[in-house]
Amino acid sequence: MIVVIDYDMGNIRSVEKALAKIGAEFKVSNQKKDLEKATHIIIPGVGSFDKGMRNFEKLGLTEMLKKEVLEKKKPLLGICLGMQLLFKTSEEGVGVNGLGFIDGNIKHFKFEHNQQLKIPHTGWNDVFGEDILLMPLFKNIGPYSNFYFVHSYHAVLNEKVNCGYTNYGYNYVSVVQKENIYGVQFHPEKSQKKGLEILRNFAALPGAN
Amino acid sequence: MLKVRIIPCLLFSGRTIVKSVRFKDWRMVGDPTTCARVFNERNADELLFLDIVASRENKKPNFKVIEDIAKECFMPLTIGGGIRTIDDADKLFEIGADKIIINTAVVKNPLLITKIARKYGSQAVVASIDAKKVGSSCKVYISSGTEETKFSPVELAKRAQELGAGEILLTSIDRDGTMQGYDLELIRSVSEAVSIPVVAAGGCGKLQDFVDAVKMGRADAVCGASIFFFVGESIITAKNYMDQQGIPVRVL
Repeated sequence: MIVVIDYDMGNIRSVEKALAKIGAEFKVSNQKKDLEKATHIIIPGVGSFDKGMRNFEKLGLTEMLKKEVLEKKKPLLGICLGMQLLFKTSEEGVGVNGLGFIDGNIKHFKFEHNQQLKIPHTGWNDVFGEDILLMPLFKNIGPYSNFYFVHSYHAVLNEKVNCGYTNYGYNYVSVVQKENIYGVQFHPEKSQKKGLEILRNFAALPGAN
Repeated sequence: MLKVRIIPCLLFSGRTIVKSVRFKDWRMVGDPTTCARVFNERNADELLFLDIVASRENKKPNFKVIEDIAKECFMPLTIGGGIRTIDDADKLFEIGADKIIINTAVVKNPLLITKIARKYGSQAVVASIDAKKVGSSCKVYISSGTEETKFSPVELAKRAQELGAGEILLTSIDRDGTMQGYDLELIRSVSEAVSIPVVAAGGCGKLQDFVDAVKMGRADAVCGASIFFFVGESIITAKNYMDQQGIPVRVL
């Protein structure tokens, strides 16, 4: 069973609808007993990094999640803000630590002076890179497939893990995988067939208990 | 690279989806959830749902119908019509809307834009501007085109941007449903006046109109209804055509 963590950061309903559409077995919860029973975990989320982490702390889920993901190796998918929380720190909420599963930081888009690009980066954009060809999450999804993005911050990595990239002003990391830990900066639940395919591929990963 | 969006528009009359001509003469085109399902299947980049009676009849948005539509939409869903308070917006975001369209309230309750933008981000608020030629000038109309205001489209678009809107939906009432092409001059004047994306609406009747809206009107996205309902063009043929004309679109 997939557990979608409800930490009061919006957008849960859309993820729920998408999982129902692909026929996945799932539960939306913020209870420790459910996380313990989960085979897969999804961290959705729209909103700010600091508020997201504070909500995690309030619910007492941070340490618990580390155990389920790092020790028990349950497949974890972070979506949008959920991906950003996988890293150590963010410029959106200085002084607040992320989950730190992947060594890297979240930074605000920073463009050259002559580039008039709008922030947040909103709309359909494509994901590319050699690593995604081998990623189980991207099975049956070709490079340069388009997904729906809404975000102002993005990840900058300090360690070598599998990555996918998107271009907005410059190439940035929009997909990440470190062993059983996955993050996508876009919204698969809003990205039609290819988005649902991402969720299907995640659900098909061997679960851990 | 960020893609130019093609957005079908569903006008809801309180019961069914209709298509108007110059905001009048409604023609029924189908049931809301079926329309949403079809456009989702055909890979629209976003779906726009506008309740055209809620505002003028002083009603709330029809949350039940919107929730049913949201179930069929695995793409961004933009909802407008009858949204007067932050509570209305909260409820719509909760049932699956990604963006909220404000039209009458841009003039009558402008701070609503700011409130929604603060809570959900600018990208979640679209200011809808309906423009109509009055003599030699152009004026904004509200309440589904029934009430004239003192604003020109450029003035109101700038104001909406300052208040926190993240996008402008710009509709020419004169061209609506006529399939004579977008009012390119209008679109260009607004696109050049604001830095937020402008969605062109009103008048699209052939695929070249989409291209013109982007190349000549400088629109960031194009909205169409009649072309999909009555001409028989699909989202896919539209994308292929735009792609051939060198416009970045999400081709599948």
